[in-house]
Amino acid sequence: MTYITKPKLHHPSLRKNSVGLTRRDYEGRISTLCAGCGHDSISATIVQACYELAIEPHRVAKLSGIGCSSKAPTYFLGNSHGFNTVHGRMPSVLTGASLANRELIYMGVSGDGDSASIGLGQFAHVMRRGVNLVYIVMNNGVYGLTKGQFSATADKGSVAKKGAVNNDAGIDLASLAILMGATFVARSFSGDKHQLVPLIKAAINHPGAAILDVISPCVAFNNHKGSTRSYDYVREHNEALNRLDFITGRDPIEAEYDPGSSVAIEQPDGSTIRLAKIAADYDPSDKAAALAHIQEKERDGEVATGLLYLDARPRDLHANLRTVRAPLNSLDEPDLCPGSAVLKEINAGLR
Amino acid sequence: MRQALTATNDFVIKFANVNGSGSASANELFARSILRMGVPVSPRNIFPSNIQGLPTWYEVRVSEDGYLGRRGGIDMIVAMNPETWAQDVAEVAPGGYLFYDSTRPLAPNAFRDDLTTIGVPLTAICNATYSDPRQRQLFKNIIYVGALSVLLDIDSAVIETLFGEQYKGKEALIESNVQALRLGREWAADNLEPGICGLKVAARDKVGDRIFVEGNAAAALGCVYGGATVCAWYPITPSSSLAEAFASYCKRYRHDPDTGEARYAVVQAEDELASIGMVIGAGWNGARAFTSTSGPGISLMTEFIGLAYFAEIPAVIINVQRGGPSTGMPTRTQQADLLACAYASNGDTKHVLLFPEDPKECFDFSAAALDLADRLQTPVFVMTDLDIGMNHRMCRPFEWDDTRRMDRGKVMTAEDLEAGREFGRYLDVDGDGIPYRTLPGSHPSKGAFFTRGTTKNRYARYSEEGADYIENMERLLRKFDTAKALVPQPAVRAAAKPTRYGVLYFGSTSPSMTEALDRLEADGLHVDAMRLRAFPFPDAVRDFILAHDTVFVVEQNRDGQLRNMMTTELGIDPARLVAVLHYDGTPITANFILGAIRGGLAQYQIVPLERAVS
Repeated sequence: MTYITKPKLHHPSLRKNSVGLTRRDYEGRISTLCAGCGHDSISATIVQACYELAIEPHRVAKLSGIGCSSKAPTYFLGNSHGFNTVHGRMPSVLTGASLANRELIYMGVSGDGDSASIGLGQFAHVMRRGVNLVYIVMNNGVYGLTKGQFSATADKGSVAKKGAVNNDAGIDLASLAILMGATFVARSFSGDKHQLVPLIKAAINHPGAAILDVISPCVAFNNHKGSTRSYDYVREHNEALNRLDFITGRDPIEAEYDPGSSVAIEQPDGSTIRLAKIAADYDPSDKAAALAHIQEKERDGEVATGLLYLDARPRDLHANLRTVRAPLNSLDEPDLCPGSAVLKEINAGLR
Repeated sequence: MRQALTATNDFVIKFANVNGSGSASANELFARSILRMGVPVSPRNIFPSNIQGLPTWYEVRVSEDGYLGRRGGIDMIVAMNPETWAQDVAEVAPGGYLFYDSTRPLAPNAFRDDLTTIGVPLTAICNATYSDPRQRQLFKNIIYVGALSVLLDIDSAVIETLFGEQYKGKEALIESNVQALRLGREWAADNLEPGICGLKVAARDKVGDRIFVEGNAAAALGCVYGGATVCAWYPITPSSSLAEAFASYCKRYRHDPDTGEARYAVVQAEDELASIGMVIGAGWNGARAFTSTSGPGISLMTEFIGLAYFAEIPAVIINVQRGGPSTGMPTRTQQADLLACAYASNGDTKHVLLFPEDPKECFDFSAAALDLADRLQTPVFVMTDLDIGMNHRMCRPFEWDDTRRMDRGKVMTAEDLEAGREFGRYLDVDGDGIPYRTLPGSHPSKGAFFTRGTTKNRYARYSEEGADYIENMERLLRKFDTAKALVPQPAVRAAAKPTRYGVLYFGSTSPSMTEALDRLEADGLHVDAMRLRAFPFPDAVRDFILAHDTVFVVEQNRDGQLRNMMTTELGIDPARLVAVLHYDGTPITANFILGAIRGGLAQYQIVPLERAVS
């Protein structure tokens, strides 16, 4: 592991946002992920979104589980407190943190192994509780840190680098989140910052459980050969594609495409994923239609992207618990301790 | 016929009922009425892991001397469950009493010659009075309380007062209960031979200002007073009533009078993994948080407990212990989670444990645990058990000093940071092993750090350097050493004369131990006693052991877990420590302890002085 201190010097001409910070003030440490990792692109979009929203970085708490994705919070918002928790259990820690201080912005960063495999239970329950958070899944369908095992979002029929075939059905976290009661459900691609930055900004402003399932190619281990979304399959349908911006080697994969269109993304190992962006007139408020849309695209061999479902007026966990406006961690003895006189009454009632 | 037992204010009566028949409140009423007459009682629920239909028992020990441990043996059985009839009748001491519903005749061989049989046609009385089947069932329980009150000389006015308090504002309920009570009393007065029962309750003034409360409710109240604002839990016997009591006390005392808003959050999590995760998240973010659970929950929480230890996050875990391992005996009591809690987690860890003896200490220690967790930035366990948690126990009244302030520990504020104080999350500035922390959101540019379960250096940076790791682990040991002076100190009861023999015990063993020690002393057997109240063990524990040739270690588990800890933590020669182990799931009795200690002393040729000279 290398830890290179980033120079703190900023170019004086860097633009400042309304709280007087430049984009650089939202950065973190230098990434130790593989060069070209989609996760770094996502980190960059988080930086961009927070800068554009002029959020004070220390008002954000970043929480993650374990895995490549969960290392990412070190690489953005260096002036925010971060918490790298245990594998698959970030949602509960974030829930507790949110209960303690409702005034901060909670960003949960996780991966497909962390959220869909070991952490599926907590993923589901944090959504159904309506915790006010931005839950970002950096989804590459593979275990990177342990070198290439399948995760639960891997396509059925995928072949791993070492030749193993995945016979288990893949979990679609976006559909699951909708079913579990998340009130903001979006999917995007790490290389599409034009789609991702506005989605992250919207998710931060959403006063409820917001999840972004971000497809993020693994440059080291992702191998979808033989998958239903194979390269050959997509090449045959090439004319349907809107635009493809694909760079080989170890540069980040980028993709920009228009609403209502789809794009084939070639992954580092030659496999391909097809993304279909929702159209401008898509109505995200209809839960049943959102689920149907995801299913239809999947049937057609595509992955639906964009803001898939939105309940614009959610009730979050604090609303359900009717907690006071002041953060619970700021309350003091007069607010919390009933005192000795009350205790005398309680004693009297116990005789 | 054997001589019938006679005793005033010193007997055990056991109620055998069917779970879900409404007997619990009638039995509690019975126990409470004796308490109101100024006579100490200690009731115990012996219940199945079941909601309705299985046998359940309620054992009430009446002890003018104030002994609250389980005595063992039954002087009177109130046999209301045909299914357990044979075992219930067999359990009564010779000369004891069998109280039963005589509506339906039973074969003569269902009875014992050496017991006094008292039949009351409870069903017949109910059927003649009530038409609603539910009422017939519920009032049958009150009717037997009425009949028993005549037999035992319990003041009916006291019971009627209790109805008045219990059903305050519901006059119809008071009236119907009083009526049922009188039905039972009248039938007994008219039909039972006066003097048939030699067991009597006589009013005394032996209760004083003591209160009667379950340990779980007491611990919950301690959390309210101690300033807990977040409770995350998952239902598990025998701890569920603790979180529920917390919610109910908070409902009463923690809502803003103007807005009605809550100054607390209770979340029933999806499992114990999530409940401890929430507690840790809240603790990390500066709120006082706790969870209550039992053995299997601890097993599930273990990974997170390691995180809280290593990343140094306050958390309070109240473990209402039950019989283990695995699902074990969910409705029976044990003290068998010491090792699982003291060393929870992979890797090297040590955790602070507190051992309350009764509801009063459940209250005190729960509040103290919240302070300790913040001060030490680590998980703190309150190790209660089913015997304390789920039974009403007479204890000293709760006390609170209004000048007391929450100890929030070493939290560096925005002002501290602004003033230029150096911040290193794991820097041992004060030499006590306890570092300073900052809370998220405190300062725009200073004090942010990354919390992680991986190794790190003093400034919370990821590090796999051996030197960083060792420095950190050594500091954690220093911190644990600091805890020694902060935790509740052991309580010593010295024998009347100097002795080479000692006994160590803790938690719910306390009332039986008190009784055993009194009886040993009465026998002229002198044993010094120390009640442990916490781990890490203060130095006084080691001194106590070394001051005696032989120390009995009394605990309610199979493997002598505390004894193991004495040898590993204090370097005590195991030969010096004699294990006294009770672990069948029932609460330990004075008789059991006496038997073990007398047997042990006899081995060393220690006999009572009187016997030696006679």
